[in-house]
Amino acid sequence: MGPLISNGIISQNTNFFIAFLIGIAFGFILEASGFSSSRKLAGVFYGYDTVVLKVFFTAALTGMLGLLFLSLFNWIDLDLVYINPTYLYSTIVGGMIMGAGFIMGGYCPGTSFCAASIGKIDGMFFIGGMFLGIFIFAEGYPLWEGFYKAKFMGIPTLSQVLGLKDGIVVLGMIIVAMGMFWVGEWAETKFPREEY
Amino acid sequence: MKKSKNPTSKTRYINPYLGGVLLGLVLIAANFISGRGLGASGAAKSTIVAAVETVAPQHAENTTYFKEYTDSHPKGAMKSWLVFQTMGVIVGAFLSGVVFNRLKLKVEHSPKITSRRRIIFAVMGGILFGFGSQLGRGCTSGSALSGMTVLSLGGFISMAAIFGTAFALAYFLRKNWI
Repeated sequence: MGPLISNGIISQNTNFFIAFLIGIAFGFILEASGFSSSRKLAGVFYGYDTVVLKVFFTAALTGMLGLLFLSLFNWIDLDLVYINPTYLYSTIVGGMIMGAGFIMGGYCPGTSFCAASIGKIDGMFFIGGMFLGIFIFAEGYPLWEGFYKAKFMGIPTLSQVLGLKDGIVVLGMIIVAMGMFWVGEWAETKFPREEY
Repeated sequence: MKKSKNPTSKTRYINPYLGGVLLGLVLIAANFISGRGLGASGAAKSTIVAAVETVAPQHAENTTYFKEYTDSHPKGAMKSWLVFQTMGVIVGAFLSGVVFNRLKLKVEHSPKITSRRRIIFAVMGGILFGFGSQLGRGCTSGSALSGMTVLSLGGFISMAAIFGTAFALAYFLRKNWI
């Protein structure tokens, strides 16, 4: 049955409209969870507010479990779902550059849109910087194209790499996440502060 | 409610675990309906491509990175799933701002730093995030969160690299936040 678009159940234009609706839910949940505040987001790196950790991993676990169950019921064909390819070097270095951007700017792209949307001027400047960063990447592309495409590993899943069943990997993630939630709750009592 | 949090505070946020479950349901819906996860930096890229195409079409044609993108989006750079999704994000966040009474034009920063310093760091962070999201083929939403949801190896590596680096650098930037 799913994904509906791949199986021709909905048209491309319907898909775009649904993208808009999904975006509304995405933006609403991010803002309502406090992701429009850079001080809340950065809190995870100092332990005073671990909302990022909690929302991020609860969402990932819910998503993993949901897709796992849908595929067990044969309601979705996971082979038709987009899995991002792994280019080892550019994924690691790109992630590190993003990490530096995160702790300096206090946002990631999605949260900066939320912040700007409710009037955070720092969020608007972050977006401006992001546009500039993308432009720089595009203009200098010949310089790093080789690195960008190096060490292509195909589109492996963690379960394939570890040689485990998807369910076992998800179970492992649940256990790891529970541990992190516990640490997060502990950190928030150790480094208390007022709500922003 | 923890004692450290001020219950009379004007800012009200939903329980983070509830937020996470709801966001997870949105991820499931996106995968079930559209066969893909969520994203954000992709829409910014589409915007840049469309802008360059409009302002300097010749240049867009001669720049490999733009050319590769326009070739894969024959109907136009802005006719992309993530562009529509991101327009939704902006509307959704605004609606939440209305519901929870958080609409306000301001520069949010720690009382220990100036607005000017906050803005400078926001721009620098934005530049790095924009650049890194292209090199890493997606940001926290598209690569890390959505990637992890479909158990993509790249998603887990992205997540570890983004959060690991931010943790490693947190000490040096503590003045900005605490």
